[in-house]
Amino acid sequence: MVEFALPKNSKVQTGKHFPAPAGAKNTRKFKVYRYDPDTGANPRTDTYDVDMDTCGPMVLDALLKIKDEVDSTLALRRSCREGICGSCAMNIDGGNTLACLKPIEECKGEVKVYPLPHMPVVKDLVPDLTHIYAQLTSIEPWLKTDTPAPASGERLQSPEEREKLDGLWECILCFCCSTSCPSYWWNGDRYLGPAVLLQAARWINDSRDEATGERLDALEDPFKLYRCHTIMNCTNTCPKGLNPAKAIGDIKMKMLERAG
Amino acid sequence: MPPAKPVARPLSPHVFIYRWPLAAILSILHRATGVGLAIGVLLLTWWVTAAAVGPSAFDQATGFIGSPIGLFFMMGFSLALFFHLCNGIRHLVWDAGRGFEKGTTATSNAIVIVAALTLTAVSWLLAWM
Repeated sequence: MVEFALPKNSKVQTGKHFPAPAGAKNTRKFKVYRYDPDTGANPRTDTYDVDMDTCGPMVLDALLKIKDEVDSTLALRRSCREGICGSCAMNIDGGNTLACLKPIEECKGEVKVYPLPHMPVVKDLVPDLTHIYAQLTSIEPWLKTDTPAPASGERLQSPEEREKLDGLWECILCFCCSTSCPSYWWNGDRYLGPAVLLQAARWINDSRDEATGERLDALEDPFKLYRCHTIMNCTNTCPKGLNPAKAIGDIKMKMLERAG
Repeated sequence: MPPAKPVARPLSPHVFIYRWPLAAILSILHRATGVGLAIGVLLLTWWVTAAAVGPSAFDQATGFIGSPIGLFFMMGFSLALFFHLCNGIRHLVWDAGRGFEKGTTATSNAIVIVAALTLTAVSWLLAWM
């Protein structure tokens, strides 16, 4: 349902200000969303002045510097710091991206950092992904076959068949796209969202998979697939440069083709 | 010990913190102009009905439509119509599975805006010539 205002317990208040250490000449302001489940208080935004002369180039570097040197209570997910694990997905400077791949230089003015939009917040920049993982499970993202595997052991693909998976297999499930999508904001309870639909496309397009029909049947639903209105936020925001909108368009075309 | 009461987690901010890309703005404008056109049709219905009712009713209707406020409505209506038409054609192309690449979307954004403005301007020039 469309609801622009945040619920009462989610309204963001102004928090604390942490000035830069004395003598810092080259500073940037970081405005970071904070929520502490232990106090029960509303979320707030704390402002940190970070010394850029002693900070790495990426937003993740600044967040970890804050956590290490200024405020150890700041909670965020991170692991690989090179854009392959998808853990540090968050909303930076108004767009969803990976903190480890986002240069501070690219941000305008004070660097605003929020958790992925329209998600339940566990703590600070850590969203609860339970529901979206359940949606991913629902499309059965694994190879399904009825025929026995060939005696050689492997189900082979031609280079052309393999090519059909390009642009799909690279997804790291950071969910930047799904949480950038207004349709997913308003109907995320039933609409699967771009990330999960791109995964569905990954298996629908796999020449080795023998459940294409069932997979399409499962998506033939006014909400699961057809809440996509081609707003294109998903494709515009994907930090891996993938195109979920195109993957969804392909699924819609496959639905039409099989209807004849 | 009884299980801890589940915490009502806050919802993270969304519409008002998101920096809207042009394609998303055009998308919501498509819906807004759709609603606007439905309302605008009432004005045209009044005009057509007035023509059936008689000369004095028709004069009243054309008088309003020709007034500055009426003209402002009509210009808005025609711009909404042409925008909705052009963007609607783009949606048809998308529904045919084409034009999803990032560069293509940027181009079609520009085409829709320029085409809607041009068609509106040309229509009004023709109307006044």
